[in-house]
Amino acid sequence: MAGKALTAERQGASPDDGPFVGARILLMALEEQGVEVVFGYPGGAVLPIYDELFKQNRIRHVLVRHEQGAVHAAEGYARSTGKVGCVLVTSGPGATNTVTGLTDALLDSIPLVCLTGQVPTHLIGNDAFQEADTVGITRPCTKHNYLVKDVNLLAQVVHEAFYVARSGRPGPVVVDLPKDVCMAMGHYTTAPRGNLRNQHKTYRPKTKPDAAAVAHAVALMAAAKKPVFYTGGGVINSGPKASALLRELVELTGFPITSTLMGLGAYPAAGAQWLGMLGMHGTYEANLAMHGCDLLINIGARFDDRVTGNLKYFSPGSKKIHVDIDASSINKNIIVDIGIVGDCAAVLEEVLALWKAHPRKPDSKTLRVWWRQIADWRGRDCLHYEQRGKLIKPQYAIQRLYELTKKREPYITTEVGQHQMWAAQYFRFEQPNHWMTSGGLGTMGYGLPAAIGVQMAHRDSLVIDIAGEASILMNIQELSTAVQHHLPVKVFIINNKYMGMVRQWQELLHGGRYSESYSAALPDFVKLAEAFGCAGLRVSDPAKVDDTIRKMIAIDRPVICDVVVDQKENCFPMIPSGKAHNEMILGSREKAGKAITGGGLALV
Amino acid sequence: MSQPLHMSMAKPKTKSRAQAKMPRAARAAAQSSNLYEGMVPQARLKDKDTYRHIVSLLVDNEAGVLARVIGMIAGRGYNIESLTVSEVDRELHLSRINLATLGTHQIIEQLKAQLGRLVPVHVVRDLTDEGPSVARELALVKVAGVGDKRVEALRIGDIFRANVVDSGTKSFVFEVVGNTDKVDAFIDLMKPLGLVEVSRTGVAAIARGAAGIDKASAEK
Ligand SMILES: Cc1ncc(C[n+]2csc(CCOP(=O)(O)OP(=O)(O)O)c2C)c(N)n1
Repeated sequence: MAGKALTAERQGASPDDGPFVGARILLMALEEQGVEVVFGYPGGAVLPIYDELFKQNRIRHVLVRHEQGAVHAAEGYARSTGKVGCVLVTSGPGATNTVTGLTDALLDSIPLVCLTGQVPTHLIGNDAFQEADTVGITRPCTKHNYLVKDVNLLAQVVHEAFYVARSGRPGPVVVDLPKDVCMAMGHYTTAPRGNLRNQHKTYRPKTKPDAAAVAHAVALMAAAKKPVFYTGGGVINSGPKASALLRELVELTGFPITSTLMGLGAYPAAGAQWLGMLGMHGTYEANLAMHGCDLLINIGARFDDRVTGNLKYFSPGSKKIHVDIDASSINKNIIVDIGIVGDCAAVLEEVLALWKAHPRKPDSKTLRVWWRQIADWRGRDCLHYEQRGKLIKPQYAIQRLYELTKKREPYITTEVGQHQMWAAQYFRFEQPNHWMTSGGLGTMGYGLPAAIGVQMAHRDSLVIDIAGEASILMNIQELSTAVQHHLPVKVFIINNKYMGMVRQWQELLHGGRYSESYSAALPDFVKLAEAFGCAGLRVSDPAKVDDTIRKMIAIDRPVICDVVVDQKENCFPMIPSGKAHNEMILGSREKAGKAITGGGLALV
Repeated sequence: MSQPLHMSMAKPKTKSRAQAKMPRAARAAAQSSNLYEGMVPQARLKDKDTYRHIVSLLVDNEAGVLARVIGMIAGRGYNIESLTVSEVDRELHLSRINLATLGTHQIIEQLKAQLGRLVPVHVVRDLTDEGPSVARELALVKVAGVGDKRVEALRIGDIFRANVVDSGTKSFVFEVVGNTDKVDAFIDLMKPLGLVEVSRTGVAAIARGAAGIDKASAEK
């Protein structure tokens, strides 16, 4: 709880500041914070709040079917809009059901405020009905959390929660609300206007970079012979301006650029300097450029293990610049030459200004040599596959989905597994905020609720969840949410009847012993869709893929499209665990099993 | 760090506006191989030896703040030798936490950065790194014995300027104050003399000189 200072300060108190009932104060604060949609599920501890929701119509409530779905939906909403997502759940099981979603948002730095009901203050600690130590349970999976014990602090805490969620490295914030606090009469406090500084006593993340560090970085860039930009979700989180500045800088420098799974869309896939995604399932050219570069410019990525592979052999010959808003990301996994703490947009702005003024630019001849090398690598055509025979190749299904929908600038969410990686490889993103996937936590069951959140924010857009048949069953209940709220999300299931990614690892690493990875007893997805009141489609003939996709996007209702694909297909390229970027396996012809030895087997 | 390319190497005839606006400090940094402020030298980060550091934090004294700090430390597997916490400013609701920790420079830098991102943590100071400091802890040491051992224990207590805060015919409780090494040494000497048990406060530490830890808090 936020101390005495808050009551003492109570800035902005106006004549119409109450008294109001706590639940009303909560909604006033949400409204002042610009909340238009709350994803939630009612229960005893939050009934006073639901009662107030009932009496107003400015904030829309989306009733989910499981609280985990509410959090993922809020994540989808936040990621596609840049706003803070908002969740409302009851105490006990309602709160514990949010834990996966909160952890997901924490790892992917997604701004959320999750309001949880709590038993009345006097019962806390008594093992009361539906009591859980929510602040205790969520402490390690939130950026910050609060237990509100005084109705007069409620508004201020909510304002602060939003400030904390969106400032610095964004993340989820939990506000735990005992029922008696929501029912007590108290005063409203307006959010301090204009000056954000007043929204938390002391939390002031550094956003402006150190000028000397930027100058250093620009000097290294000007001297580079084989540079590469490696960008991540930080650019997306920083906002559209950061993406625009990134595009300008990439263009001006003429350097190649790759991105993490989280950063797709910041630089357009159609851009000439785009190398594709990097990392475990990244492209040959991106990973070899990382391995062979002499200057690596990391903007808003965090040297995650999915990206670096074996740290010992990671980009061995390069100087490294790392821009991150979170100082703890710098020198955590990879020791860099220049660490720049700051918001991506602010840093890019200063880098650009210095670059434009910089008298010395990299020698264009040297850069051309680097580009020729890259062209060689590109020539391997590492994403090549062949659509032959009677089975639909999963890559083909996704590529066709891309081709047939790109004009509509769809929003894509995914579940987790092979289909997710194929989506990242074969769907091409030209804009930020159009790609929502669970990167850090890898949460199966993310995609459908996330798509619902996206569709709430973009009612007229095409929103597609590229799914696996195993993942989709983890939050399938949310179809009902989509139907209730008229959200015409499309679930495009790449159905290989296996937990494909698990099967792939078992094939490559565990002697083909497919332990528990077969999706036995699958439902009939077409009938399942119909049972929920959605449309159901199925396709298993490659020749009918296009028609089916067209049919799917023409339906103005939620649709499940069950795409029956080749069960044996593996996701390549792949850097086996414990290996370096230049030890990538390009296709099944190479023996990954032999490639992974010793310690690599123990890695995930 | 290699020598960065000097901006002045190719002298432009006219300065563009952006360059003219470039802060002098930035230009100076770009032209020298000096590190900028806050930058930890690579060699230091790559040093595999472990060191003992004392880190002091100023935190909001709010419910759960200690759990937050300890949970982060446990969750990320840092090594903590001692941790002390107490409110130091009743009006502003501020507490000070002192950590004694062991690790490589890289790990200690990581620990400090992780502490710094906790919302209620205002100030993180490495008292071992940032100039001279004083560290003290207090231990209550119970020693039981008779005869020569009892006399010897008292004599050593004297040498260490330990106070006897409880005494019976067969036992003493010493109160000894000093830095960790001194307290460790005293306890070691008491072992053969009938050491029964020890209760230690953990380290309280403060930087030498006139500046206070919270001077910088306004900037955070
Ligand atoms: C909640 C959760 N449980 C388990 C896993 C481990 N896991 C990763 S991918 C995967 C298989 C996913 O199968 P499917 O959804 O069919 O996708 P495919 O790989 O076949 O495309 C599993 C079980 C996970 N990521 N998330």
